[in-house]
Order: sequence, then C-alpha cells, then structure tokens
Amino acid sequence: MKVEEICSVLNGELVCGSDKSQREVTHAFASDLMSDVLTVTCSNLLLITGLANLQTIRTAEMSDIDCILFVRNKSVTPEMKTLAEELGMALITCPSTMFRASGELYRAGMKPLF
Amino acid sequence: MSFEYRVTGGDFTHAGYASSQVKKMLKQLGVDSIVIKRVVVCLYEAEVNIVAHAWDGIINVELDTDTIFMKLTDNGPGIADIEQAMQKGFSTASPEVREMGFGAGMGLPNISANADRFLISSEPGVGTTLQITINLNSPAV
Repeated sequence: MKVEEICSVLNGELVCGSDKSQREVTHAFASDLMSDVLTVTCSNLLLITGLANLQTIRTAEMSDIDCILFVRNKSVTPEMKTLAEELGMALITCPSTMFRASGELYRAGMKPLF
Repeated sequence: MSFEYRVTGGDFTHAGYASSQVKKMLKQLGVDSIVIKRVVVCLYEAEVNIVAHAWDGIINVELDTDTIFMKLTDNGPGIADIEQAMQKGFSTASPEVREMGFGAGMGLPNISANADRFLISSEPGVGTTLQITINLNSPAV
C-alpha cells in the first residue's frame, strides 16, 4: 500500500516526507512500546503508534522502519520532523484511534506481521 | 577502530545518538543489514538503559574485521539482582521512562537475544557494566 493510500484511507496527513507519498509498505505493526518495536525483524514496515516523541523516531531508525503513522491526532514536534527528514522517513498523522486505524488499514489490504 | 561516546542520564533528547552513529558507520563499511540490526538493537537498548537508570555512562565500541565489541559502563544505582533483571517483564523504570515507550522489562532480554556474547556485572550504588560482542560475519544469532 502506498503512503498516499494510507493517508486517503485514514483521512491522514503526510506531515514529513512529502516526496515519499509513492513509497510502498506491505506490513504494519501497532505498538506504543518501543522495546516491542525493536523485536520486529520485518522490513518495509509501517509503525502505527500513539507515542509521539524523539525516541519513536530513533526506535524506527534502529528497526529499519521508514514510515510511521501517529494516531489520535498526536503532534509531531519540529525536532521529530528534523530527525525524520534527516533519516528519510515519512510521518503521517491521523485522527483515528490505534484500533480503528489498524482495522481500516487491514480492511484496505495492509498485512499484519504475525 | 575504536570509538567512545558519553551518555547523560535523563537526557532522552540525545538518547540513541551513539547507536545512530554506529549504525551509519557499519552501513558505510558494508556490514550485512541483519547483523547491523542486531548490533543497534543491543546498543540502543543499552544506551537507553543508561539514560533511563543511571547518572551518566560511557560507551566504548571496538570494531575489527570479524567482531564488534561494545562496553557500556555507567555510574548509577546498579542492579541488586541481575537474574531478576534479566527476566522478561521485570523493570524498575520510572513513570517518566515508561512514558517514553520503554521500561517494560524487555531491554536486557532483547540484548541477550541479539548478542553472540553478553556479559553483565553490577555493583549496587556504584553502577553497571555491559559487555556485548557480535560476530560481523554470521547474521543468525
């Protein structure tokens, strides 16, 4: 699923990485627990999270995740955006809860990891 | 090659900087991506542990053609019962650390799962030392 499709399905906004709207992600993983994210071995992954801070970006970097969806209208700070830009990440925000966002993306064809 | 990074306790703004630098270096050297991920997961978890639990610490990284050796030494409260600390789910992290997405008792088990060799020693009231070795030429743990 392309980044722009994720935004369309969830009424989301691509707040960082406007040139990455055509990037494809095949699988998604939803968690607010960063140590959990670090156990994931899949590449080409969308991280769905309600945790919006610099360590979310850092954790994604260490996990080779280059697309993050922040749910519940979480704010992406300028510091987060700067780091994400440096790392070539796409950041999306959406108003849905994590449960709804996961459900809508699953229905639209996004694959779960397990 | 050897590198040294200083880590400040409580400084979540810069937590992960050393891990990021090591990741970039290993990528430039053309190390296998699976091995890089194992290295940075170990290092990042350990780096965050210093930020979360200690007052300060030093990371020493030694790299040769076959292995990467990472030694993290902190000044901090130490760990009274290492066996207990190695159990998945055990954590003494503060609410502030949990708000950052850590402190669920997965860090040390994650390090152990990804390292080829992992040694931990600690003295309560003094600090903790982690020694992590990963073979660069064997992707599987």
